[in-house]
Amino acid sequence: MHKLEFKGVTKTFTTRNRSIAVLDSFDLQIQRGEFVCLLGPSGCGKTTLLHLIAGLEKPTQGAVLVDGEPVQKISRERVMIFQDLALFPWLNVLGNVVFGLQMTGMSKPERRQIARRYLQLVHLAEFERTNLHELSGGMKQRVALARALAVNPDVLLMDEPFAALDAQTRDLLHAELQNIWKETGKTIVFVTHNVREAIVLGDRVVVLSARPGRIKRDVAIDLPRPRQIENYAVVDLARGILDLMREDIVTTEFEVAERVPQVGRDVL
Amino acid sequence: MFSKIRLANLVADARAHKIAFFVCLLALWQGLVQLGLWQEYIFPSPLGVARTLARGFQNGTLLIGIAVSLQRILIGFGISVVFGTVLGLLIGRIRLLQETIGALVLGLQALPSICWLPIALLWFGLSETAILFVVVMGALLSITLATEAGVRNTPPRYVHAARNLGARGWRIYLYVILPAALPAIISGLKLGWSFAWRSLMAAELLYVGLGLGQLLNMGRELNDMSQVVAVMLVIIAIGLTVDRFIFQPVESRVRERWGLG
Ligand SMILES: Nc1ncnc2c1ncn2[C@@H]1O[C@H](COP(=O)(O)OP(=O)(O)O)[C@@H](O)[C@H]1O
Ligand SMILES: [Mg+2]
Repeated sequence: MHKLEFKGVTKTFTTRNRSIAVLDSFDLQIQRGEFVCLLGPSGCGKTTLLHLIAGLEKPTQGAVLVDGEPVQKISRERVMIFQDLALFPWLNVLGNVVFGLQMTGMSKPERRQIARRYLQLVHLAEFERTNLHELSGGMKQRVALARALAVNPDVLLMDEPFAALDAQTRDLLHAELQNIWKETGKTIVFVTHNVREAIVLGDRVVVLSARPGRIKRDVAIDLPRPRQIENYAVVDLARGILDLMREDIVTTEFEVAERVPQVGRDVL
Repeated sequence: MFSKIRLANLVADARAHKIAFFVCLLALWQGLVQLGLWQEYIFPSPLGVARTLARGFQNGTLLIGIAVSLQRILIGFGISVVFGTVLGLLIGRIRLLQETIGALVLGLQALPSICWLPIALLWFGLSETAILFVVVMGALLSITLATEAGVRNTPPRYVHAARNLGARGWRIYLYVILPAALPAIISGLKLGWSFAWRSLMAAELLYVGLGLGQLLNMGRELNDMSQVVAVMLVIIAIGLTVDRFIFQPVESRVRERWGLG
């Protein structure tokens, strides 16, 4: 059985005067323990896909299945790391990581012990008493990761988490995320618009078309790990996928087409 | 380092300016009295006021007045805080309540709270309840409105994230919405406190016995201007003290923790 499955999912947003078809008869299967990167131009429905898995949105038609069962509601089995992280600024680092465990009514010593283990995993052990606004962007990412891992979900949903980081921090987090994935065996669905990032991280890169999002190409990546963003093999693969994306951007998405040179640079 | 020293100098300068200004003001006041243009009961001297203050503290009248007024405002404000935050949380989260109770609160807010005194006196007579009612009407509405605004401005992301991590029901209110709205709630509390303090003084001055407001009134009836001024100074001092030692520290701690600069 597939861990996650989209079965003919259509998602339409209806606002006051128009309706937007974000997904149209979308099919996708993801296996347990897989690290899948969803790659696509902005506005193609990547965030919506994650929301559907998380249970934050419902499909207009079709079904999203988890272990063969339709997603009913939000669950800690599938934890989302939002693009803006949504960390709680009124809590310090430890308070954030402990939050999910506290909600289950776990005893204080126990939840602290677990939280500290995950803080160690993301190399933030010395910062447990620090306020969030004193952390760098990369450290905040790590807090969000630890907070999500602490409730021990089956599936981790990550929405362009590293888009706003400087290159060095991002490389570091790529390495750490690959390690964490290897150690924990989570199923990870990782959304990005950066081709090389997708190739570095994913077992599979699912390339989406512009809205309504369809699968343009589903590429298995069997490069040896750990991979780095400047590896030749990564760059090579990226070139092919990028051409694929560019043609899509140019032909279908006018607003994005105007920014093609910029997008191209950004994506590589 | 250098800029720190400069900052310290600026702060010291500001303090010196302040002190110098108030010393001059006192001197001017004493000077005007010395000119002898007005009678003492119309224009008291600083020394006279100081003597009245000392006497008031010694014979206990001022202490009793302070105690009575503080007790009233603490009870009234306490009631307002509890009901105001709960009401604000509910109105901010539940559309139907916002359209009904929310609109009512907004409308009533336009009414200066001392205008509730006639109703309070008709309902409760000349009693503590009447005065508490006026104090509560002064604080409750602004606390409710500030809480509601804080709740509505809370990014839905926080609630999504909390639900995703397993929070449900009242825990979302207690652990997410309330803390997220806390900076707004605290400014509501500050505003509510100053409204409550004003309405209390007005109510005491107008009708209800004891308290600082009544001491103020007594000064007028006895033609004892130095008592009037002394009580006014006490009222100012209480207002400033509460702001300086309660609201400001709480507010700056919250702002620091929340990273609001
Ligand atoms: N709640 C919503 N209401 C209306 N339109 C939405 C909503 N959420 C997303 N959309 C629209 O759906 C499209 C896809 O959004 P999204 O999934 O965020 O794309 P991506 O994450 O790939 O950039 C966008 O055009 C966006 O404007
Ligand atoms: Mg998105």
